[in-house]
Amino acid sequence: MVREAIRWLLSSLVLLFVVTVLTFVLVAMAPGDAAKAILNARSGGYTPQQYQEMRRMLGLDQSLPVQYWHWLDHLLHGSMGTDLFNGQSVTQALGSRIGPSLSVIVATLVVSGLVGVALGIVSALRGGVLGRLVDVVSLGGLAIPNFWLALVLVELFAVRLAAFPATGYTPFGTDPVQWLRGLVLPVLTLSAGAVAFIAKQTRDAMSDVLSQEFVTMLRARGLSTRSVVLKHALRNAAIPVVTLLGLLLVSLLGGTVVVEDIFAIPGLGQQAMTASASHDLPMIEGVAFLFTVVVVVTNLVVDVSYRLLNPKVRAS
Amino acid sequence: MTAIITSPETVQETGPAAPAPGRPWRGLLRQPLGLLSAGYLLLLVVVAAAGTLLTPRDPEADDLAHTLSGPSGAHWLGTDRLGRDVFSRLMVGSRPTLLGVAEAVLVFVVLGVALGMVAGFAGGRTDRLIARLGDLVLAVPGIIALLMVLAVFPDNNAAAMIAFGLISSPSLLRVVRAVTMAVRNELYVKAARLSGLSTPAILRRHILPRLAGPVIVQVSLFAASAVLAETALSFLGLATPETQGPSWGNMVGEAASVISVDPWLLVPTGGMLVVTVLALGLLGDTVHDLTVGRARGSAVRPVRRPRPAVRTAVAVAAADVAAAVADGAPTEQGAAAPLLSVRGLTIAFPSPEGEVTVVRGVGFDVARGECVGIVGESGCGKTVTARSLVGLLPGGGRVVAGSVAFDGRDLADPAGREVARLRGSRIGLISQEPMSGLDPSFRVGSQLAEVVRRHHRLTRRQSRARALELLALVELPDPASVARSHPHELSGGMAQRVSIALALAGEPDLLIADEPTTALDVTVQAEILNLLRSLRVRTGMAVVLVTHDWGVLADLCERAVVMYAGEVVEQAPVSDLYHAPRHPYTLALLAANPHLAAVGQELPAIPGTVPPPSAWPAGCHFQPRCGYATEECGAGAIPLVTVAGGHQARCIHVDRLEAAR
Amino acid sequence: MTGTDIDTGNATGRADTVPLLETEGLTVRYHRGRRRPALTAVHGVGLTVGRGETVALVGESGSGKSSVGNAVLGLTPVDSGSIRFDGEDITRADPRRRRALTAQIQAVFQDPYGSLNPVRTIGQSLVEPLLAHRRPDAGAPRDQVAAALERVGLPAGAADRYPAHFSGGQRQRIAIARALIVRPRLIVCDEPTSALDLSIQAQVINLLNRVQRDLGVSYLFITHDLALIRHIAHRVVVLYGGHVMEAGPTEQVCDRPRHPYAQALLAAAPVPDPEEQAVRRSGRPSRGTAGAGAGSAGPAVGCPFAPRCPYAAEPCRRIRPPLESVDGGQLACLRYPEIAEPSAVRGPGSRQPEEIPHADARPLP
Repeated sequence: MVREAIRWLLSSLVLLFVVTVLTFVLVAMAPGDAAKAILNARSGGYTPQQYQEMRRMLGLDQSLPVQYWHWLDHLLHGSMGTDLFNGQSVTQALGSRIGPSLSVIVATLVVSGLVGVALGIVSALRGGVLGRLVDVVSLGGLAIPNFWLALVLVELFAVRLAAFPATGYTPFGTDPVQWLRGLVLPVLTLSAGAVAFIAKQTRDAMSDVLSQEFVTMLRARGLSTRSVVLKHALRNAAIPVVTLLGLLLVSLLGGTVVVEDIFAIPGLGQQAMTASASHDLPMIEGVAFLFTVVVVVTNLVVDVSYRLLNPKVRAS
Repeated sequence: MTAIITSPETVQETGPAAPAPGRPWRGLLRQPLGLLSAGYLLLLVVVAAAGTLLTPRDPEADDLAHTLSGPSGAHWLGTDRLGRDVFSRLMVGSRPTLLGVAEAVLVFVVLGVALGMVAGFAGGRTDRLIARLGDLVLAVPGIIALLMVLAVFPDNNAAAMIAFGLISSPSLLRVVRAVTMAVRNELYVKAARLSGLSTPAILRRHILPRLAGPVIVQVSLFAASAVLAETALSFLGLATPETQGPSWGNMVGEAASVISVDPWLLVPTGGMLVVTVLALGLLGDTVHDLTVGRARGSAVRPVRRPRPAVRTAVAVAAADVAAAVADGAPTEQGAAAPLLSVRGLTIAFPSPEGEVTVVRGVGFDVARGECVGIVGESGCGKTVTARSLVGLLPGGGRVVAGSVAFDGRDLADPAGREVARLRGSRIGLISQEPMSGLDPSFRVGSQLAEVVRRHHRLTRRQSRARALELLALVELPDPASVARSHPHELSGGMAQRVSIALALAGEPDLLIADEPTTALDVTVQAEILNLLRSLRVRTGMAVVLVTHDWGVLADLCERAVVMYAGEVVEQAPVSDLYHAPRHPYTLALLAANPHLAAVGQELPAIPGTVPPPSAWPAGCHFQPRCGYATEECGAGAIPLVTVAGGHQARCIHVDRLEAAR
Repeated sequence: MTGTDIDTGNATGRADTVPLLETEGLTVRYHRGRRRPALTAVHGVGLTVGRGETVALVGESGSGKSSVGNAVLGLTPVDSGSIRFDGEDITRADPRRRRALTAQIQAVFQDPYGSLNPVRTIGQSLVEPLLAHRRPDAGAPRDQVAAALERVGLPAGAADRYPAHFSGGQRQRIAIARALIVRPRLIVCDEPTSALDLSIQAQVINLLNRVQRDLGVSYLFITHDLALIRHIAHRVVVLYGGHVMEAGPTEQVCDRPRHPYAQALLAAAPVPDPEEQAVRRSGRPSRGTAGAGAGSAGPAVGCPFAPRCPYAAEPCRRIRPPLESVDGGQLACLRYPEIAEPSAVRGPGSRQPEEIPHADARPLP
């Protein structure tokens, strides 16, 4: 167990290192830099002296390894630097944006997990018309582009029916009801594909388990269908499904960029887009670091639950 | 380890009409949806390649007099806010998307297939290294990578899509690696290597063809996601912005900007995307079904609703069955009613060519406490017969005719309610593969306690104690430690003892043992046979033993039912059967037994093979392989005749057989 | 560990030449990752196969019998010891030499369904050995395939069909035809009939015997079935836990086994005769150690069979019995002198039934 923990920690550190270094290199390679961006934003033009001055101020005149080292040094002291444009601390900026993104991601995960797994089980048991329906729904769900679906939902539910707000985000602490209403359309947008994905995979995993010999033997021993399906078959089918939920969470990080853009939700995805457009290195690094941490933690959770569910892995 | 034909798949396999496998292309022709998808995608490629050559109007021509016109004769899909023809723009707009998808797919396939094959075939350190690398790439948050790449190469669709292919390639790598590994371990690859083929030849001849199906499936799914990714980036204005001409993504973006004025524009743009992604998904599904999905087949569904007794394909056999039911089974079982009485049992399985009868007119009795063996070779229907007694026929099989009476109740009713009540409580089942009969996720003790609680009103604590008692009853040396084990921690012999304990939990009157020792070593087999014998003495339960091993039959059973090609050919007390067989098949099979055959001479083999159920001969099923066969043998159904007390044989040459002995 | 050799049996009587196959102190280990100790599947096994001879390797799962076969075929690396083929040391032959050797050493496996690629025709599979080894004298590949099929009793037209069209027994014939097509001198048969029905098994055994008579090929015949051995093998080597327990001529090992394990193996196989089986049953040791199957690694010291042996005494658990020549055969048993009785045909079964402790009366290990 200790060995496993150490291995996980090591591979996580390697991943974080690779991602942050790559980000540094890519940002440095990008045409234009933050100094130009800031000067342009302030006055619309600049002299070479002003430009050099700004570069020195931002620390861009130092070599890349030195810049990275400074960033790492700050990180170890709990700071991720400041936003180059408004001087806000990156940690604070990300802290304020993590709530909206997390709300969308977790809500989508819960909805698609519950609905997807339920649909998957039912279609594995019934087959026939319902099975084909799940096929159609899952194909459709995967085929509809989420940015397009978001537009359609806004047009229908926000503009025509005015049932839900079209844009913006209300923190849970301010008004839980508004928070929930604001989440409905973004979560619906992301869930369409997610439900389809989870339902199809659950159905396949369930069908696989149900056709195994031990299920026949459980029935031969007189166990009820309820116990056979909901206790034994589901427990075994959960093993692959848990892995897929992890994959889904990671892919939802990408989904938030689109959804936050359309629904004007001040989340991490939006931040990532504006930061990369303006070469705001500390902010980009901050977002990349945070996303990678989410991936690493997700993998850990998946790994642990995989071990808990699968006694063969647990033993070794 | 003898393969027992129970499933219709196996039956089909030996059938003469088995299609040539491994040619998904031909199969594609029979799938209308898949074909339609492939056709659409091909058309799309042509349109994208042709550019403005095929467009009905100039996609860039403004017509400010007709902006946002909606569909009309002149503009099939309407016009946009500058009055440009949407249909033409969609045609031209397919180009950046398709080009981007092609770039992404190229990177995806080259990296995924090459690295996956190397990892899967080389194994060892190379494999671990590549797998680690793949995991690392997979863990990089994709959206961050794309944003970074687009920061370096602003508005560059190709760069973004190549990056997308790169970061997605580990998923293909994993699939290719798994398939390569599986094929590498196939016996036929081992045989090819032992034939002297070089590694490149093995890769080319055996591994690449097997990869084609899974790779096509993965590529079509990936292409679908690449379409979505490319258009999303274009929609967000990160790649292929409007200034670079129309693309599907920026057209949706345009539609969004005028959504409050005219929502119509969302329909053609979004529709185009949905249809394209759908086509890719359907193509993938079709190839999947043609290559891998077929093998999986339909799952066993625990909820089985009663079906009206259809008599279509079986009607032909009805007359034979009637004859078989009439002569039924032994009646000389004494005055006491038998515990189990099977009459005219006929079972059929669905197949592409209609329902195929695999067991016909089987009848036998089992008295209380008696052990009856059902013996026969692969494909004779013995396992199907045994499974039908507990109402658990695999793969859509059903009882088409006949009755199964257990202690006065009819178990063959189509709804299966009666048999469901008796399963586990009065009839137990143990199967051939002890390990795969146990739920891998639960400890032995908890599985056992659950079954105990199902059949007895006990508290949790009491049922746990009873579980330990049962484990002791099956002579496991350390019940407590076995109860704490998971199935994968048991040896084959221990697992079979656990399954016996599970079958005994409801204290059944009848135990159906389906090849209980076939998967075990001889010395372990002897222990399990001893256990079954002592359990019979202690519990007084009757046993139906299904076996192909005449030694096992001799060891445990009092009476035997010999089956051949779906029919009972002989039944008798075991001693009579071994010393005075009355059916040529029994006689020939005993002679072929290496235990009994004379050393130094040819083993007396039976020529030919057991016919599959779809090719049973008329009359006696054994007649084409029989040394005693005459013309009459093929003339019509052969009745089961009583030749001595409790001894029956389905042969019209019983007398000649007797004379020859 | 020293290699222990079995007398050079030679069925064809050419005693002046070296045996066709000879292993000495053959040891095979499987490495199971860094964290678990390596599993020794074969411990210093020595055996010989003469020209035109069949030697049977008998044992249960975990006995190492298939590992010996795989080592001879070059599919498993050898840890120590040597394998000589026709006098040449092939223990660590390089891949090029190995490929050349496949013209001389062939194999037939247990599973007739897995050994043929389902998407290639029989002809395409059979021609593979010819691609690697062109024999100029033998004529066109197509004729050779037809001839090989004919030899195993299948029509030449079978070459154009897929494996799915054939039954298990027919596929096993095809596998034999593929092994024969390059005219090998040794065929390793790994349980070639255990997946087949009795009536089909007899056909395949007869075919193998006929091929040996006609072509003079040698077989290393791996099986778990003592009854079958009488019909195919000239000599028998009994393996347990990777060690040779007993070796000798077939009649001797199958009719009068001397090692307690060989006796137990013989007694455990039920015979198709209810009366005789009743007698044998009453005589077989009522119980081994349940669960400790032959597959378990066994003790690190002493006789590997000692934990399950009814005769085991204190030295058996301490000293690994050496393989010694005992009239006409070889035996690795410390207790042999004491248990050797002239009537030991049925092993411990020659004792009276009431002497056998009942299963439940025996102390649990």
